Amino acid sequence: MQSERKIRILIAKPGLDSHDRGAKIVARALRDAGMEVIYTGLRQTPEQIVETALQEDVDIIGLSILSGAHKVLFPRIMELVEQKGLTDVMVFAGGIIPEEDVPEMKKLGIKEIFGPGTPTEKIVQFVFENLPERT
Amino acid sequence: MKPLLPVGEIAKGVLAGDRRSVAKAITIIENNASKAQELIASIYPHTGKAHIIGITGPPGSGKSTLIGKIIREYRRKGKTVGVIAVDPTSPFTGGAFLGDRIRMQELSTDQGVFIRSMATRNYLGGIARATKGAVKVLDAAGKDTVIVETVGAGQSEVEIIKIGQTIVVVCAPGLGDEIQAIKAGIMEIGDIFVVNKADREDANKAVMDIQAMLQLNNKEKKWRPTVLKTTALTGEGVSQLIEKIEEHKLFLEQELERNTSRGKAESELAEAIKEKVANSIIEELKSEGKFEEFLQKILEKKMDPASVAEKLLNEKFRKQVQKCQN
Repeated sequence: MQSERKIRILIAKPGLDSHDRGAKIVARALRDAGMEVIYTGLRQTPEQIVETALQEDVDIIGLSILSGAHKVLFPRIMELVEQKGLTDVMVFAGGIIPEEDVPEMKKLGIKEIFGPGTPTEKIVQFVFENLPERT
Repeated sequence: MKPLLPVGEIAKGVLAGDRRSVAKAITIIENNASKAQELIASIYPHTGKAHIIGITGPPGSGKSTLIGKIIREYRRKGKTVGVIAVDPTSPFTGGAFLGDRIRMQELSTDQGVFIRSMATRNYLGGIARATKGAVKVLDAAGKDTVIVETVGAGQSEVEIIKIGQTIVVVCAPGLGDEIQAIKAGIMEIGDIFVVNKADREDANKAVMDIQAMLQLNNKEKKWRPTVLKTTALTGEGVSQLIEKIEEHKLFLEQELERNTSRGKAESELAEAIKEKVANSIIEELKSEGKFEEFLQKILEKKMDPASVAEKLLNEKFRKQVQKCQN
Protein backbone atom coordinates (compact mmCIF):
# COMPACT_ATOMS: atom_id res chain seq x y z
CA MET A 1 0.00 0.00 0.00
CA GLN A 2 1.19 3.47 -0.79
CA SER A 3 1.96 6.01 1.87
CA GLU A 4 2.81 8.72 -0.58
CA ARG A 5 1.73 12.25 0.09
CA LYS A 6 -0.28 14.04 -2.57
CA ILE A 7 -0.18 17.81 -2.65
CA ARG A 8 -3.68 19.24 -2.28
CA ILE A 9 -4.18 22.84 -3.27
CA LEU A 10 -7.19 25.16 -3.28
CA ILE A 11 -7.47 27.74 -6.02
CA ALA A 12 -9.94 30.38 -4.92
CA LYS A 13 -11.54 33.48 -6.37
CA PRO A 14 -12.46 35.88 -3.58
CA GLY A 15 -14.77 38.80 -4.19
CA LEU A 16 -16.85 40.00 -7.05
CA ASP A 17 -14.74 39.91 -10.19
CA SER A 18 -15.95 37.49 -12.80
CA HIS A 19 -12.82 36.57 -14.72
CA ASP A 20 -11.21 33.27 -13.85
CA ARG A 21 -9.11 32.52 -16.90
CA GLY A 22 -5.92 33.16 -14.93
CA ALA A 23 -7.07 30.99 -12.02
CA LYS A 24 -7.96 28.17 -14.41
CA ILE A 25 -4.61 28.37 -16.20
CA VAL A 26 -2.75 28.16 -12.90
CA ALA A 27 -5.03 25.32 -11.73
CA ARG A 28 -4.36 23.43 -14.92
CA ALA A 29 -0.58 23.89 -14.59
CA LEU A 30 -0.63 22.62 -11.02
CA ARG A 31 -2.77 19.66 -12.03
CA ASP A 32 -0.30 18.82 -14.77
CA ALA A 33 2.47 18.98 -12.19
CA GLY A 34 0.73 16.10 -10.39
CA MET A 35 -1.21 17.98 -7.72
CA GLU A 36 -4.83 17.61 -6.67
CA VAL A 37 -6.37 20.98 -7.39
CA ILE A 38 -9.69 21.99 -5.87
CA TYR A 39 -11.35 24.96 -7.51
CA THR A 40 -14.01 26.99 -5.72
CA GLY A 41 -15.50 28.79 -8.69
CA LEU A 42 -16.21 32.50 -8.82
CA ARG A 43 -17.38 35.07 -6.28
CA GLN A 44 -16.39 33.44 -3.02
CA THR A 45 -16.54 35.05 0.38
CA PRO A 46 -13.51 34.75 2.69
CA GLU A 47 -15.63 32.49 4.91
CA GLN A 48 -16.41 30.13 2.03
CA ILE A 49 -12.77 29.97 0.98
CA VAL A 50 -11.34 29.20 4.40
CA GLU A 51 -14.10 26.73 5.26
CA THR A 52 -13.45 24.95 1.96
CA ALA A 53 -9.72 24.82 2.72
CA LEU A 54 -10.55 23.26 6.08
CA GLN A 55 -12.92 20.60 4.71
CA GLU A 56 -10.57 19.71 1.87
CA ASP A 57 -7.54 19.67 4.20
CA VAL A 58 -5.39 21.42 1.61
CA ASP A 59 -1.70 22.16 1.98
CA ILE A 60 -1.88 25.40 0.04
CA ILE A 61 -4.38 28.13 -0.84
CA GLY A 62 -3.86 30.14 -4.01
CA LEU A 63 -5.94 33.32 -4.21
CA SER A 64 -6.70 34.95 -7.54
CA ILE A 65 -8.04 38.48 -7.54
CA LEU A 66 -8.50 41.09 -10.23
CA SER A 67 -11.06 43.40 -8.65
CA GLY A 68 -8.76 45.54 -6.52
CA ALA A 69 -10.48 44.48 -3.30
CA HIS A 70 -7.46 42.58 -2.00
CA LYS A 71 -6.86 45.12 0.77
CA VAL A 72 -10.24 44.24 2.24
CA LEU A 73 -10.52 40.57 1.39
CA PHE A 74 -6.99 39.28 2.04
CA PRO A 75 -6.78 40.50 5.66
CA ARG A 76 -10.14 38.85 6.38
CA ILE A 77 -9.03 35.60 4.77
CA MET A 78 -5.79 35.54 6.75
CA GLU A 79 -7.69 36.32 9.93
CA LEU A 80 -10.00 33.34 9.33
CA VAL A 81 -7.04 31.08 8.47
CA GLU A 82 -5.62 31.92 11.87
CA GLN A 83 -8.98 31.60 13.63
CA LYS A 84 -9.74 28.16 12.23
CA GLY A 85 -6.29 26.91 13.11
CA LEU A 86 -5.11 26.38 9.54
CA THR A 87 -1.68 27.66 10.49
CA ASP A 88 0.04 24.85 8.59
CA VAL A 89 -1.48 26.01 5.30
CA MET A 90 0.63 28.14 2.95
CA VAL A 91 -1.16 31.00 1.18
CA PHE A 92 -0.04 32.72 -2.02
CA ALA A 93 -1.83 35.06 -4.40
CA GLY A 94 -1.94 36.28 -7.95
CA GLY A 95 -3.77 38.74 -10.16
CA ILE A 96 -3.81 42.51 -10.29
CA ILE A 97 -2.15 43.67 -7.12
CA PRO A 98 -0.22 46.96 -7.30
CA GLU A 99 3.48 46.81 -6.48
CA GLU A 100 3.08 49.19 -3.54
CA ASP A 101 0.51 46.89 -1.87
CA VAL A 102 2.75 43.83 -2.00
CA PRO A 103 4.70 44.41 1.26
CA GLU A 104 1.48 44.98 3.16
CA MET A 105 -0.01 41.76 1.77
CA LYS A 106 3.12 39.79 2.61
CA LYS A 107 3.01 41.14 6.13
CA LEU A 108 -0.40 39.50 6.48
CA GLY A 109 1.32 36.17 5.96
CA ILE A 110 0.80 35.79 2.22
CA LYS A 111 3.95 34.07 1.09
CA GLU A 112 4.20 35.32 -2.50
CA ILE A 113 2.31 37.40 -5.02
CA PHE A 114 2.45 36.75 -8.74
CA GLY A 115 1.57 39.47 -11.22
CA PRO A 116 0.35 39.25 -14.80
CA GLY A 117 2.69 37.49 -17.22
CA THR A 118 4.20 35.15 -14.63
CA PRO A 119 5.16 31.89 -16.39
CA THR A 120 3.22 28.99 -14.90
CA GLU A 121 6.45 27.02 -14.40
CA LYS A 122 7.55 29.68 -11.95
CA ILE A 123 4.40 29.18 -9.88
CA VAL A 124 4.72 25.39 -9.96
CA GLN A 125 8.35 25.63 -8.86
CA PHE A 126 7.41 28.05 -6.08
CA VAL A 127 4.77 25.64 -4.79
CA PHE A 128 7.17 22.71 -4.73
CA GLU A 129 9.84 24.76 -2.96
CA ASN A 130 7.51 26.23 -0.36
CA LEU A 131 5.47 23.20 0.52
CA PRO A 132 4.55 23.45 4.20
CA GLU A 133 5.50 20.60 6.48
CA ARG A 134 2.32 18.75 7.26
CA THR A 135 0.99 16.62 10.04
CA MET B 1 7.17 21.16 11.85
CA LYS B 2 4.16 20.79 14.07
CA PRO B 3 3.93 17.62 16.12
CA LEU B 4 1.95 14.84 14.54
CA LEU B 5 -1.53 14.50 15.96
CA PRO B 6 -2.02 10.96 17.25
CA VAL B 7 -4.70 8.92 15.51
CA GLY B 8 -6.56 8.53 18.80
CA GLU B 9 -6.96 12.29 19.12
CA ILE B 10 -8.24 12.59 15.57
CA ALA B 11 -10.70 9.74 16.13
CA LYS B 12 -11.96 11.46 19.26
CA GLY B 13 -12.41 14.66 17.29
CA VAL B 14 -14.31 12.82 14.56
CA LEU B 15 -16.73 11.34 17.08
CA ALA B 16 -17.26 14.79 18.56
CA GLY B 17 -18.09 16.06 15.08
CA ASP B 18 -15.07 18.39 14.94
CA ARG B 19 -14.71 19.48 11.31
CA ARG B 20 -10.96 19.77 11.21
CA SER B 21 -10.58 16.29 12.71
CA VAL B 22 -12.97 14.93 10.07
CA ALA B 23 -10.86 16.55 7.34
CA LYS B 24 -7.61 15.21 8.81
CA ALA B 25 -9.09 11.75 9.24
CA ILE B 26 -10.02 11.58 5.56
CA THR B 27 -6.48 12.65 4.63
CA ILE B 28 -5.08 9.84 6.78
CA ILE B 29 -7.36 7.34 5.06
CA GLU B 30 -6.17 8.59 1.69
CA ASN B 31 -2.46 8.66 2.46
CA ASN B 32 -1.52 6.21 5.17
CA ALA B 33 -2.82 2.67 5.03
CA SER B 34 -1.63 1.46 8.44
CA LYS B 35 -2.84 4.52 10.32
CA ALA B 36 -6.09 4.33 8.35
CA GLN B 37 -6.72 0.86 9.72
CA GLU B 38 -6.15 2.05 13.27
CA LEU B 39 -8.46 5.00 12.73
CA ILE B 40 -11.25 2.95 11.17
CA ALA B 41 -11.02 0.41 13.98
CA SER B 42 -11.55 3.09 16.60
CA ILE B 43 -14.51 4.78 14.90
CA TYR B 44 -16.15 1.60 13.57
CA PRO B 45 -18.44 0.98 16.57
CA HIS B 46 -19.97 4.41 15.95
CA THR B 47 -20.79 3.84 12.30
CA GLY B 48 -23.89 2.42 10.65
CA LYS B 49 -26.27 5.22 11.55
CA ALA B 50 -26.06 7.30 8.36
CA HIS B 51 -28.03 6.55 5.22
CA ILE B 52 -25.56 6.29 2.36
CA ILE B 53 -26.69 7.44 -1.06
CA GLY B 54 -24.62 6.76 -4.17
CA ILE B 55 -25.13 9.14 -7.08
CA THR B 56 -23.77 8.01 -10.41
CA GLY B 57 -24.28 8.61 -14.10
CA PRO B 58 -22.53 9.88 -17.20
CA PRO B 59 -20.38 13.04 -17.20
CA GLY B 60 -22.42 16.19 -17.65
CA SER B 61 -25.72 14.65 -16.56
CA GLY B 62 -25.90 17.11 -13.67
CA LYS B 63 -24.91 14.97 -10.68
CA SER B 64 -23.13 17.72 -8.76
CA THR B 65 -25.83 20.32 -9.32
CA LEU B 66 -28.49 17.81 -8.31
CA ILE B 67 -26.55 16.92 -5.15
CA GLY B 68 -26.43 20.62 -4.28
CA LYS B 69 -30.23 20.67 -4.39
CA ILE B 70 -30.56 17.35 -2.53
CA ILE B 71 -28.40 18.74 0.30
CA ARG B 72 -30.63 21.81 0.55
CA GLU B 73 -33.75 19.69 0.75
CA TYR B 74 -32.27 17.55 3.52
CA ARG B 75 -31.14 20.65 5.38
CA ARG B 76 -34.68 22.01 5.17
CA LYS B 77 -35.78 18.81 6.88
CA GLY B 78 -33.20 19.43 9.58
CA LYS B 79 -30.87 16.60 8.52
CA THR B 80 -27.08 16.91 8.38
CA VAL B 81 -25.28 15.85 5.22
CA GLY B 82 -21.80 14.70 4.29
CA VAL B 83 -20.60 14.48 0.69
CA ILE B 84 -17.67 12.69 -0.92
CA ALA B 85 -17.34 13.91 -4.51
CA VAL B 86 -15.01 11.82 -6.61
CA ASP B 87 -13.26 13.08 -9.75
CA PRO B 88 -10.67 11.32 -11.88
CA THR B 89 -6.91 11.42 -11.42
CA SER B 90 -4.93 11.86 -14.62
CA PRO B 91 -3.26 8.57 -15.46
CA PHE B 92 -0.51 10.59 -17.15
CA THR B 93 0.50 13.13 -14.51
CA GLY B 94 -1.12 11.86 -11.31
CA GLY B 95 -2.77 15.25 -10.93
CA ALA B 96 -6.46 15.97 -10.65
CA PHE B 97 -8.86 18.86 -11.06
CA LEU B 98 -11.57 18.54 -8.47
CA GLY B 99 -14.48 20.71 -9.54
CA ASP B 100 -17.62 19.04 -8.21
CA ARG B 101 -18.00 21.30 -5.23
CA ILE B 102 -18.29 24.41 -7.40
CA ARG B 103 -21.96 23.43 -7.79
CA MET B 104 -22.45 23.12 -4.04
CA GLN B 105 -20.27 25.98 -2.90
CA GLU B 106 -23.06 28.11 -1.42
CA LEU B 107 -23.46 25.34 1.17
CA SER B 108 -19.81 25.30 2.19
CA THR B 109 -20.25 27.46 5.28
CA ASP B 110 -23.27 25.55 6.57
CA GLN B 111 -22.05 23.76 9.69
CA GLY B 112 -24.49 20.91 9.04
CA VAL B 113 -22.79 20.11 5.74
CA PHE B 114 -19.34 18.67 5.06
CA ILE B 115 -18.14 18.35 1.48
CA ARG B 116 -14.91 16.64 0.53
CA SER B 117 -13.50 16.29 -2.97
CA MET B 118 -11.57 13.12 -3.67
CA ALA B 119 -9.40 12.08 -6.60
CA THR B 120 -9.57 8.45 -7.78
CA ARG B 121 -5.76 8.12 -7.59
CA ASN B 122 -6.12 5.61 -10.40
CA TYR B 123 -8.49 3.32 -8.51
CA LEU B 124 -10.94 1.86 -10.99
CA GLY B 125 -14.68 1.47 -10.66
CA GLY B 126 -15.79 5.09 -10.38
CA ILE B 127 -14.72 5.80 -6.80
CA ALA B 128 -11.42 6.00 -4.90
CA ARG B 129 -9.84 3.39 -2.65
CA ALA B 130 -10.36 5.76 0.27
CA THR B 131 -14.02 6.50 -0.45
CA LYS B 132 -15.41 3.75 1.76
CA GLY B 133 -13.30 4.81 4.73
CA ALA B 134 -14.18 8.47 4.21
CA VAL B 135 -17.87 7.57 4.28
CA LYS B 136 -17.28 5.83 7.63
CA VAL B 137 -15.65 8.99 8.97
CA LEU B 138 -18.63 11.15 8.00
CA ASP B 139 -20.99 8.52 9.41
CA ALA B 140 -19.10 8.38 12.71
CA ALA B 141 -19.05 12.19 12.82
CA GLY B 142 -22.84 12.05 13.03
CA LYS B 143 -23.98 12.99 9.54
CA ASP B 144 -27.55 11.75 8.99
CA THR B 145 -27.04 11.32 5.26
CA VAL B 146 -23.82 10.66 3.38
CA ILE B 147 -23.80 11.17 -0.38
CA VAL B 148 -21.11 9.71 -2.61
CA GLU B 149 -20.80 11.19 -6.08
CA THR B 150 -18.92 8.90 -8.44
CA VAL B 151 -16.82 10.05 -11.35
CA GLY B 152 -18.80 10.48 -14.54
CA ALA B 153 -19.62 6.85 -15.16
CA GLY B 154 -21.01 4.92 -18.07
CA GLN B 155 -20.51 1.21 -18.15
CA SER B 156 -18.44 -0.73 -15.69
CA GLU B 157 -17.99 1.87 -12.98
CA VAL B 158 -20.29 0.09 -10.56
CA GLU B 159 -18.10 -0.12 -7.42
CA ILE B 160 -20.51 2.30 -5.78
CA ILE B 161 -22.88 -0.59 -5.00
CA LYS B 162 -20.36 -1.79 -2.41
CA ILE B 163 -20.76 1.48 -0.52
CA GLY B 164 -24.12 3.04 -1.27
CA GLN B 165 -27.36 1.77 0.22
CA THR B 166 -29.58 3.67 -2.19
CA ILE B 167 -28.16 4.09 -5.68
CA VAL B 168 -29.44 6.93 -7.82
CA VAL B 169 -28.51 6.82 -11.49
CA VAL B 170 -28.68 10.26 -13.09
CA CYS B 171 -29.16 10.52 -16.85
CA ALA B 172 -29.89 13.46 -19.11
CA PRO B 173 -31.94 13.69 -22.27
CA GLY B 174 -30.13 14.31 -25.48
CA LEU B 175 -27.36 11.96 -24.52
CA GLY B 176 -29.53 9.70 -26.67
CA ASP B 177 -27.62 6.56 -27.28
CA GLU B 178 -26.05 7.00 -23.89
CA ILE B 179 -28.95 4.99 -22.56
CA GLN B 180 -28.04 2.15 -24.82
CA ALA B 181 -24.45 2.44 -23.79
CA ILE B 182 -25.11 2.33 -20.09
CA LYS B 183 -27.62 -0.45 -19.98
CA ALA B 184 -25.14 -3.25 -19.38
CA GLY B 185 -23.53 -1.87 -16.24
CA ILE B 186 -25.23 1.06 -14.64
CA MET B 187 -28.78 0.16 -15.63
CA GLU B 188 -28.49 -2.84 -13.34
CA ILE B 189 -27.49 -1.00 -10.18
CA GLY B 190 -29.99 1.84 -9.93
CA ASP B 191 -32.62 1.81 -7.19
CA ILE B 192 -33.90 5.11 -8.53
CA PHE B 193 -33.35 6.55 -11.99
CA VAL B 194 -33.42 10.26 -12.59
CA VAL B 195 -33.75 12.00 -15.91
CA ASN B 196 -32.24 15.36 -15.10
CA LYS B 197 -32.54 18.48 -17.27
CA ALA B 198 -36.20 17.55 -17.60
CA ASP B 199 -37.01 20.95 -19.05
CA ARG B 200 -35.61 19.70 -22.34
CA GLU B 201 -38.16 18.49 -24.80
CA ASP B 202 -36.76 14.99 -25.28
CA ALA B 203 -36.91 14.29 -21.52
CA ASN B 204 -40.07 12.20 -21.77
CA LYS B 205 -38.52 9.99 -24.38
CA ALA B 206 -35.55 9.36 -22.10
CA VAL B 207 -37.95 8.42 -19.29
CA MET B 208 -39.80 6.01 -21.53
CA ASP B 209 -36.57 4.45 -22.80
CA ILE B 210 -35.44 3.75 -19.27
CA GLN B 211 -38.83 2.44 -18.20
CA ALA B 212 -38.87 0.07 -21.13
CA MET B 213 -35.44 -1.20 -20.24
CA LEU B 214 -36.34 -1.65 -16.58
CA GLN B 215 -39.36 -3.73 -17.45
CA LEU B 216 -37.04 -6.19 -19.10
CA ASN B 217 -34.47 -6.11 -16.35
CA ASN B 218 -36.01 -6.40 -12.95
CA LYS B 219 -38.64 -9.10 -12.87
CA GLU B 220 -37.61 -10.78 -9.65
CA LYS B 221 -36.51 -7.85 -7.56
CA LYS B 222 -38.55 -6.91 -4.51
CA TRP B 223 -37.81 -3.23 -5.02
CA ARG B 224 -39.00 -1.96 -8.38
CA PRO B 225 -36.79 0.91 -9.54
CA THR B 226 -38.69 3.98 -10.66
CA VAL B 227 -37.83 6.77 -13.05
CA LEU B 228 -38.20 10.38 -11.94
CA LYS B 229 -37.67 13.69 -13.66
CA THR B 230 -35.71 16.58 -12.16
CA THR B 231 -34.44 19.95 -13.24
CA ALA B 232 -31.51 20.42 -10.90
CA LEU B 233 -30.97 24.06 -11.86
CA THR B 234 -34.41 25.10 -10.63
CA GLY B 235 -34.80 22.33 -8.06
CA GLU B 236 -37.90 20.98 -9.72
CA GLY B 237 -38.60 17.34 -8.89
CA VAL B 238 -35.99 17.23 -6.13
CA SER B 239 -38.47 16.88 -3.26
CA GLN B 240 -40.08 13.93 -5.07
CA LEU B 241 -36.62 12.41 -5.45
CA ILE B 242 -35.98 12.78 -1.72
CA GLU B 243 -39.34 11.14 -1.01
CA LYS B 244 -38.37 8.21 -3.20
CA ILE B 245 -34.97 7.93 -1.52
CA GLU B 246 -36.66 7.90 1.89
CA GLU B 247 -39.10 5.27 0.66
CA HIS B 248 -36.17 3.09 -0.43
CA LYS B 249 -34.46 3.66 2.90
CA LEU B 250 -37.59 2.45 4.70
CA PHE B 251 -37.75 -0.57 2.39
CA LEU B 252 -34.15 -1.43 3.24
CA GLU B 253 -34.79 -1.10 6.95
CA GLN B 254 -37.77 -3.44 6.78
CA GLU B 255 -35.84 -5.93 4.68
CA LEU B 256 -32.94 -5.77 7.09
CA GLU B 257 -35.17 -6.27 10.08
CA ARG B 258 -36.86 -9.26 8.50
CA ASN B 259 -33.51 -10.73 7.51
CA THR B 260 -31.73 -10.17 10.77
CA SER B 261 -34.56 -11.31 12.99
CA ARG B 262 -34.96 -14.42 10.85
CA GLY B 263 -31.23 -15.08 10.83
CA LYS B 264 -31.04 -14.52 14.55
CA ALA B 265 -33.93 -16.88 15.24
CA GLU B 266 -32.36 -19.51 13.02
CA SER B 267 -29.03 -19.52 14.82
CA GLU B 268 -30.72 -19.44 18.20
CA LEU B 269 -32.80 -22.47 17.27
CA ALA B 270 -29.77 -24.39 15.98
CA GLU B 271 -27.89 -23.53 19.15
CA ALA B 272 -30.77 -24.70 21.33
CA ILE B 273 -31.08 -28.03 19.48
CA LYS B 274 -27.36 -28.72 19.81
CA GLU B 275 -27.47 -28.05 23.50
CA LYS B 276 -30.52 -30.22 24.15
CA VAL B 277 -29.27 -33.18 22.11
CA ALA B 278 -25.77 -33.05 23.58
CA ASN B 279 -27.05 -32.81 27.12
CA SER B 280 -29.44 -35.71 26.73
CA ILE B 281 -26.69 -37.97 25.33
CA ILE B 282 -24.17 -36.97 27.97
CA GLU B 283 -26.66 -37.51 30.78
CA GLU B 284 -27.57 -40.93 29.46
CA LEU B 285 -23.91 -41.93 29.20
CA LYS B 286 -23.22 -40.75 32.70
CA SER B 287 -26.19 -42.60 34.13
CA GLU B 288 -25.00 -45.77 32.42
CA GLY B 289 -21.44 -45.12 33.63
CA LYS B 290 -20.10 -45.11 30.07
CA PHE B 291 -18.97 -41.47 29.97
CA GLU B 292 -15.77 -42.20 31.96
CA GLU B 293 -15.08 -45.25 29.83
CA PHE B 294 -15.09 -43.26 26.58
CA LEU B 295 -13.21 -40.37 28.14
CA GLN B 296 -10.45 -42.77 29.10
CA LYS B 297 -10.25 -44.11 25.53
CA ILE B 298 -9.74 -40.58 24.26
CA LEU B 299 -7.11 -39.84 26.88
CA GLU B 300 -5.23 -43.00 25.94
CA LYS B 301 -5.48 -41.98 22.29
CA LYS B 302 -7.28 -45.19 21.43
CA MET B 303 -10.15 -43.21 19.91
CA ASP B 304 -10.65 -39.62 18.79
CA PRO B 305 -13.56 -37.51 20.11
CA ALA B 306 -15.35 -37.30 16.74
CA SER B 307 -15.36 -41.09 16.31
CA VAL B 308 -16.64 -41.52 19.86
CA ALA B 309 -19.46 -39.09 19.18
CA GLU B 310 -20.38 -40.91 15.98
CA LYS B 311 -20.35 -44.31 17.68
CA LEU B 312 -22.52 -42.97 20.49
CA LEU B 313 -25.03 -41.48 18.11
CA ASN B 314 -25.25 -44.73 16.16
CA GLU B 315 -25.81 -46.71 19.33
CA LYS B 316 -28.44 -44.30 20.52
CA PHE B 317 -30.33 -44.57 17.27
CA ARG B 318 -30.08 -48.36 17.29
CA LYS B 319 -31.52 -48.39 20.79
CA GLN B 320 -34.36 -46.20 19.72
CA VAL B 321 -35.07 -48.34 16.67
CA GLN B 322 -35.15 -51.42 18.88
CA LYS B 323 -37.50 -49.65 21.27
CA CYS B 324 -39.84 -48.90 18.37
CA GLN B 325 -39.68 -52.49 17.10
CA ASN B 326 -40.54 -53.83 20.54
